[in-house]
Amino acid sequence: MIRRFSVLILLLALGIIFANLFIGYTPDTELNQTARYYAEHTASDIGATNIVTAIIVTYRGLDTLGEVTVLFLTAAIIGLVLSQGNKPSSSLQRQLPASGELLTTGSRLLVPLILLLGAYVFVNGHLTPGGGFQGGAIIASAALLLLLTDPLYRFSRRLITIIESISGLFFIGLGILGILLAGGFLDSRVLPTGELGSLFSAGLIPIIYSFVGLKVGAEFTSMLGNLAETEKS
Amino acid sequence: MMASIAMTTGFILILMGLYGALTNRNILRIIVSFTVANTGVNLVLVSVGYMHGRTAPILDGAVPVAEAAKRIIDPLPQALVLTAIVIGVGVTALMLTYAFKLYESKGTLDISKCRELKW
Repeated sequence: MIRRFSVLILLLALGIIFANLFIGYTPDTELNQTARYYAEHTASDIGATNIVTAIIVTYRGLDTLGEVTVLFLTAAIIGLVLSQGNKPSSSLQRQLPASGELLTTGSRLLVPLILLLGAYVFVNGHLTPGGGFQGGAIIASAALLLLLTDPLYRFSRRLITIIESISGLFFIGLGILGILLAGGFLDSRVLPTGELGSLFSAGLIPIIYSFVGLKVGAEFTSMLGNLAETEKS
Repeated sequence: MMASIAMTTGFILILMGLYGALTNRNILRIIVSFTVANTGVNLVLVSVGYMHGRTAPILDGAVPVAEAAKRIIDPLPQALVLTAIVIGVGVTALMLTYAFKLYESKGTLDISKCRELKW
């Protein structure tokens, strides 16, 4: 009783703070200085039409590197924790009821299309709403569909490791290329910025974002695979 | 108007999530509550960047480069929230993993039965 009461008191206090914030908030009518700099200089400096992508990949590329590192650590810790104390029980041969014609055929039809959509989203990250993280999540949703169809399906760990390591290495390698050939670490202007709005523009952004997409997709897939392997027979 | 609706919803979601996390005993429900609160935080952050009568920060036919600063909303909160969403997925996956390990060693998902660190 006292517990619930103190929770309510705490939430009430938080609610009052939020209400004060909400009442005191007046929306901006002009962009602030930082945002105006990005709005005015993205097209000429970076050549990307999607300003959010330009911020994520180039202006604040180091943050994105940190973010990808956090995801990698998460995937690694999940694999470590779940494999601890678990004998590799390869004798897991549970008899499952068949998943049904609709689900099997549907997933066989949809998985390649979902993979294609994911690749489209991260290749066009500098032109349209989308990018590496969104595309990677779409690719992982194809893996999830495979697991739904066949809960005992196992992804090839070797393939996931190869994709993840190669894209991570290329991400950092392209960043170092920016130090040597352009303004600094992860500067995308190693390649010419090109014509605004075309696929091959914005320097290194589409390439870097594609590697980010592959890496995020591989990490999410390995998380899903690790969690699926915990299923007991 | 849009921004205030989104911001109010975000604040309410944060409060709902915290209430659920503090009152529930089942660890899976606590994890779901945390993701609800996380969504609320993201919604508030995005709504701060919204400006009335402007469009998404993508330069195309509707937003010529010369007028970009007058036509687009603030792109920074959006970039920030993209990061926050991805990290949120990682945190949720970690919480689920630890919940599974806890269930494996204790055989229960009720946190009131886990008393080792209680004082």
